[in-house]
Amino acid sequence: MAGAMPPSFIRNNKMERSITSYSLLHDNKVIVNGRIIFYQENIIKFADFLKTVFKQEQLAYPKFYKMDTLSKLGFLAAELVLKEKSIEGYRPEAVGVVLSNSSSSLDTDVAHNETIRDRASYFPSPSVFVYTLPNIVIGEVCIKNKIKGENAFLISETFNGRLLCEYVNELFNNERVEACLCGWVEVMGNSCQAMVALVEKLAPGPDGINGSFKPLLFNEQNLNLLMKHN
Amino acid sequence: MKPVYILTDNLITSLGFTTSEHTFALERGVIGVKSTNDPELYPTPVQLSKVNTEQLELKFAEVLQQVKNRAPAASFTRLEKMFIVSVHEALKGSNVAPSNPRTLLVISTTKGNINLLEDRNKALFSHKRLYLWELGKVIRNFFEFENQPVIISNACISGIVALMTASRLVQSGAYDHAVVTGGDIATEFVISGFQSFQALSPNPCKPFDLNRTGLSLGEGCGTIVISKYPDPAATSQVIIAGASTSNDANHISGPSRTGEELSGAIQDALKQGGLNAGDISYISAHGTATSFNDEMESKAFELSGLAHVPVNSFKGYWGHTLGAAGIVESVAAISSLRNNILYYSAGFETLGVTAPLNVISENRPANLSACIKTASGFGGCNAAILYQKQ
Repeated sequence: MAGAMPPSFIRNNKMERSITSYSLLHDNKVIVNGRIIFYQENIIKFADFLKTVFKQEQLAYPKFYKMDTLSKLGFLAAELVLKEKSIEGYRPEAVGVVLSNSSSSLDTDVAHNETIRDRASYFPSPSVFVYTLPNIVIGEVCIKNKIKGENAFLISETFNGRLLCEYVNELFNNERVEACLCGWVEVMGNSCQAMVALVEKLAPGPDGINGSFKPLLFNEQNLNLLMKHN
Repeated sequence: MKPVYILTDNLITSLGFTTSEHTFALERGVIGVKSTNDPELYPTPVQLSKVNTEQLELKFAEVLQQVKNRAPAASFTRLEKMFIVSVHEALKGSNVAPSNPRTLLVISTTKGNINLLEDRNKALFSHKRLYLWELGKVIRNFFEFENQPVIISNACISGIVALMTASRLVQSGAYDHAVVTGGDIATEFVISGFQSFQALSPNPCKPFDLNRTGLSLGEGCGTIVISKYPDPAATSQVIIAGASTSNDANHISGPSRTGEELSGAIQDALKQGGLNAGDISYISAHGTATSFNDEMESKAFELSGLAHVPVNSFKGYWGHTLGAAGIVESVAAISSLRNNILYYSAGFETLGVTAPLNVISENRPANLSACIKTASGFGGCNAAILYQKQ
């Protein structure tokens, strides 16, 4: 399978909000701005896959190993996006993070529940419990990248591109953000999926950024296409 | 910015099942946080504010009688019953119809039906009920909301994020009305987690006090119905004039050391409403009574020029209701605004934070025109919402 982008993506030719960088992680494959950067035939454990990608990308950040799977996934997806397109020029307060998923933090909820199932061996731990909230992944992304703007975590059964687009557009319309990371980070059992996109007000150049990836128009249709593009 | 009007509301905690029952209890200084010895809930006694189960069942049965073709009471979880009673009560006084395609439902919760993970509850409900979107479906289907609900789960700022999201979607013209509801219940899951952090106080919590020793958990549900149209019958209107969130980018389980980020959210909310710090007559703080939260909040209020403004925390009455807190405490704050009364910050005796604060030490009447409500939570998140009386 080719890593190139399907031709149906709507290109951005006007002064609109653009997706200037994106990453997709799905079970055994990682795509960044249309390129497959990692593929592994057989996945035994999802957490190991994330660690392998983390090492390949040489993202030196010891805290990564302390995170739960959802935070590892979202953190990695955000790092891959920001490696391609830096947000360093923005004020920390002008960058937002809006993420969504289906299972909230249920994967880690089950882990915390295991620690309290038996009153005879009761060992709840703060390092597990703190991850029983879906927005902790937003906190991890913010800490790493000094992002201090708007944040929200939305839950829907399946990816809701319309709501995400509406939410992020309102942040821009009300001048709450100048750039925003948004997407979907889902972990349950041994399956996972992440799609994280950086949205900016920048007008894309004719050849795109670095002459390779051309920013996509930020709209519901393109978000939905990215989610399907695995 | 276009105003968003608050039409009706409802509040359910240990202190009652309606907003007016809470006003009545607040006027009399009733404390709902109590030492609770329930081995099913936690191995040792804990300070807790629990919604009265018998009364909840009665209220829910009353609601079931008023609607047709509904499933039996036993097919709803405790949290779902709280949500349904609260939304039903709030809708009663408004002319907002769930079936109207211009009405949005927004739900906030941190843990939803997380008690269904417990072995004894597994057989009672399907596993699917653990998903927050399934909880959303139950509420949507009960009231026959036309639109799919928006569900927010953003730690302890969830309630304010839900109100902010709803007000923005009404402001933008996407919807005309929104029913914003938030709820969380007391579970072993949450109690054991906070206990592992050593964050729970052995006595009812004492926000901003010198001798505070941590937070008290509570369960609750609050609902606020908002609209682009004012209530024609009301003599004065309360509007949502601004709202904002921010992130500390510092630590996932500890607040900012400076309070700058919460202050940023407060100042953004003021700016959106076209108000200055001097226009604020009351602050409803997050005030969890943990050492670090209250310290951070006091710094944030000082940075925002609000050190002199009367402030309270409602957590001394009904504990920390987590994902419901932003809505639950907003209902109480809006009631203060409407009735021109400042409520004593329960548990407070001596100021125990480094920045100056004007903590409300007794119930008293006051001319109130605008209120800031704040919240902060795990993940480094902060939120502020501005209510204004017109």
